[in-house]
Amino acid sequence: MKVAIIEYNAGNVQSVIFALERLGINPVLTDDHNVISGADKVVFPGVGEASSTMKRLKERKLDELIPNLKQPVLGICIGMQLMCKHSEEGNVDCLGIFDANVRKFKSPNDIEINSTLKVPHMGWNNIDNLKGKLYKDVEVGADMYFVHSYFVETNPFQTSSCHYGLYFCASMQKDNFYAVQYHTEKSSKQGSQLLQNFLEL
Amino acid sequence: MLKKRIIPCLDVKNGRTVKGVNFENLRDAGDAIELAALYAQQGADELVFLDITATIEERATFIDFVKNVAKELDIPFTVGGGINSKERVSDLLKAGADKVSINSSAVKTPDLINELSLEFGSQCIVVAVDTKRIDQKDFVFVHAGKTNTGLDTFKWLREVEQRGAGEILLTSMDHDGTKSGFDNDMLVKVADTLNIPIIASGGAGSVEHFIDVFEKGLADAALAASVFHFGEIPIPKLKEALSKNNIPVRL
Repeated sequence: MKVAIIEYNAGNVQSVIFALERLGINPVLTDDHNVISGADKVVFPGVGEASSTMKRLKERKLDELIPNLKQPVLGICIGMQLMCKHSEEGNVDCLGIFDANVRKFKSPNDIEINSTLKVPHMGWNNIDNLKGKLYKDVEVGADMYFVHSYFVETNPFQTSSCHYGLYFCASMQKDNFYAVQYHTEKSSKQGSQLLQNFLEL
Repeated sequence: MLKKRIIPCLDVKNGRTVKGVNFENLRDAGDAIELAALYAQQGADELVFLDITATIEERATFIDFVKNVAKELDIPFTVGGGINSKERVSDLLKAGADKVSINSSAVKTPDLINELSLEFGSQCIVVAVDTKRIDQKDFVFVHAGKTNTGLDTFKWLREVEQRGAGEILLTSMDHDGTKSGFDNDMLVKVADTLNIPIIASGGAGSVEHFIDVFEKGLADAALAASVFHFGEIPIPKLKEALSKNNIPVRL
């Protein structure tokens, strides 16, 4: 199976490569449009600030390629957020694959949010209301590893939810596009199961 | 609900773990990667690896070590020890580390915290602070706890947060190696001061100490070494006890 990891200079992707290798896959890290289009599965990971990572996607014209991919695509962390319509982080328009917005934890507009909430949301948190093929053999209430200061709002494409000060979207799916907020590559057995399920799509 | 984290810390030299008792007298506690994998399997939430080697040659081999750890581990890990440049951080992250921890270099060049968090994101920049109480005042110590910087610990912690650290690893030198419990009085004051996660370190000796550090010290995570390395507190037993005491943990 050919698995392409999208390279756009957005943080550390080594752990995604190693996680796939543990599942017997040798992924290719690339920004080559032909290689990405020709892969059986595409992983869109990344860590970083939304407006600068969007800029890096545009420099490589990946903003035109990604929304038109036909094979299963898995966005992880900032990858998930960049698949949304808009992000408050750097006030930037994103790829618009999902009609959902990205907001900041503890934004001054959120009067309901506990002022003692620490940002980033860092560590293991349980995901609930699991839906879809990616969660085959993943336990309801499984703890996954999160590190983020911005979150995707709850939306109709949601396949799991998580709570940190408020409920937010922990994963979502639309057609061939899948996205997880947590670092599935660093989420022990449950995260590895999810990756395996993605490979089996 | 966000879980409280249990973090074994491994001091590493040439791929083997060593634990300093009161930062001196080193004892051998086995093969680092094997031990790390065991901890991950037992339910450790994260791991910290501190490079305690001194020479440039050994520093280079630590990168290979980090790569081998990353291949093996499916939980996050932090690396620290002698990190003082953007290039070093980049090499460690590329090797597969999830976070880096800086200590003496942050005190020497505070701008490094800003530079690193801008370049790599706050989420992967941990600032380790070693603190010691002298005449009812708390001071920051550096160089493996040998040098008093004269900096007020609380003032420094606020500065570190403001400069962009994503997390604090706070070691109480008065408690470290004593197995008499974490410095909860200090930790609760720090929790009140900061808005970023705090990893408590120094003093773990019993299961009750871990319950206390979360209940009284309000820590987000607790780090320990020898109680884990020598099997005094098995991680599954610890997490079960925490859970029974209504402390949210990943089981």
